[in-house]
Amino acid sequence: MNAIVISAIWGVIMMFSGAFSKNLKTVRALSIVGIALLFVVNLLELYGTHLFTVDTKGMLQFDSFGLLFNAIAIGSTAVYFLLNGRDMEKVGLHVAEYYALIFFVLCGISIASSFSSLLMLFLAIEIISIPLYILTGADKRNLKSNEASLKYFLMGAFSTGIMLMGICLIFGAKGSFSIEQIALGDGTLTPMVGAGLLLLMFSLAFKVSAAPFHFWTPDVYDGAPTVFTSFMATIVKAGLFIAFIKLFGDAFGELHGQWQTLIAIITAATLIIGNLTAVFQQSVKRMLAYSSIAQAGFMLFSLVALNGMGREGLLYYTLAYSIPTIGIFAILVRMKDYTFEGFNGLAKHQPVLAAVTSIFLLSLAGIPATAGFMGKFYMLSAAIQNGHVMWLVIIGIICAAISVYYYFRVIQAMYFKEGDAQELETSSFHKGLLVLMAAFVIFIGIQPQWLLNQLYTFFS
Amino acid sequence: MKIEYYIVLSLALFCIGIAGVLTRRNAIIIFMCIELMLNAVNLLLVAFSKMHHVAEGAKNVAMAGIDGQLFVFFIMVVAAAEVSVGLAIIVMMYRNTHSVDVNFLNRLKH
Repeated sequence: MNAIVISAIWGVIMMFSGAFSKNLKTVRALSIVGIALLFVVNLLELYGTHLFTVDTKGMLQFDSFGLLFNAIAIGSTAVYFLLNGRDMEKVGLHVAEYYALIFFVLCGISIASSFSSLLMLFLAIEIISIPLYILTGADKRNLKSNEASLKYFLMGAFSTGIMLMGICLIFGAKGSFSIEQIALGDGTLTPMVGAGLLLLMFSLAFKVSAAPFHFWTPDVYDGAPTVFTSFMATIVKAGLFIAFIKLFGDAFGELHGQWQTLIAIITAATLIIGNLTAVFQQSVKRMLAYSSIAQAGFMLFSLVALNGMGREGLLYYTLAYSIPTIGIFAILVRMKDYTFEGFNGLAKHQPVLAAVTSIFLLSLAGIPATAGFMGKFYMLSAAIQNGHVMWLVIIGIICAAISVYYYFRVIQAMYFKEGDAQELETSSFHKGLLVLMAAFVIFIGIQPQWLLNQLYTFFS
Repeated sequence: MKIEYYIVLSLALFCIGIAGVLTRRNAIIIFMCIELMLNAVNLLLVAFSKMHHVAEGAKNVAMAGIDGQLFVFFIMVVAAAEVSVGLAIIVMMYRNTHSVDVNFLNRLKH
């Protein structure tokens, strides 16, 4: 509850800070203070200090899984703020509002990680989505940004409608919105529950951009201002995944056998389409958009397996995917040319940036000794533990191999191609933070026990 | 009335909404069709709420099934918030292209 209340309040504070202070430094400092405070109160709740006691009538339930996820999401957002603060100021004039909207999204994510009623699921998804429509269109003069925003809005509202119909049918069959009530029953699929479950699955697959509902993703991620793409593709996507796995694990866990094949097919399609299309992209930004679809495919493994390992793996994967992606976007946003050629010869002019980009890309490709490898390892072994979907594991491994090709194209451009590298304005703080992030990616890749021990202490 | 009538009516409205979203080219009309989908859900929720109330009412539970009607208010509020954002986006688009036709939305394909 701490994180929900504080993030909502701090969003309002950020809005007022824009009205009362024209100084961008104040706004930026305030956002850093806010995110640090959010992280602290969330940790406090994890250790049992509740700042607010609100009777939610059983609509929200806080468990260590959700709170740990909050900690990861808020921590990644803190890194994101520190890296991208200056770039956000270049998007438009309303910097304080951008921060405010991001705090509201975090509020939505905190609800998504703790809902235990379909009403709260609906509100969480809407609180996450509506600020994102605005952030996508933040660059008001840019037609591509406008278009992405309108497309995202129409698609998002459409999938919300489908989700509501799903919720409504479940309510009709079970007579309650509470997850516990829905989970009751003898595990047979009546037509109404089946239809509701399908509609909910499709709409959530839509939100996490799983194939065949992914078609909006590349356009929206490409058109949105690059700073916000970075946020949408990482933290938000993980937040929606938490809602997905909580809903299907808690409410429809009994029926797992009935929908496992379907979600496995969706996963396979996501992996194949995401990876194969990413190979043919000319723009690195668009390649990263497809890569985010491909990575979503790996996150879906946790839903296919639906066991303890899958859940832990999802937390690990969130971190192992978010940190490198935020890092690459933070470098990309300062470039003028987003094509692969734009990276030509970067290693000569900016050796440090080229090195950290390589580490991030290696992690996304899942090369051993990086976080990405352990993330994929956990996802695949969760599926193997489940035992019913060995064919999916094989597809996953083949797709991971394909992904090496397009990630390594960037590394090849940086190190082995001659070219005039573009002017990149970086500060030593920016570089230092990126180096720290790269070090962290390698550290949790070599010592995954460290992170998992933290998780285990809370899970037990 | 039987609940089946409400289910059929709501599903029909919902499908009209979906068909509209998929076939129409005008952003405002697409928007109206989305609203139609949401309102079909509202109607069905109220009908289900009443159905559960009648079924549980035999056990003398006065508040039974009432949360379906509660949900409707939440949908209305969120839909209103969504509309305000959506119309703002359409206006922003119109200022730049002087059109609300979604066929204009093809710059990102290349």
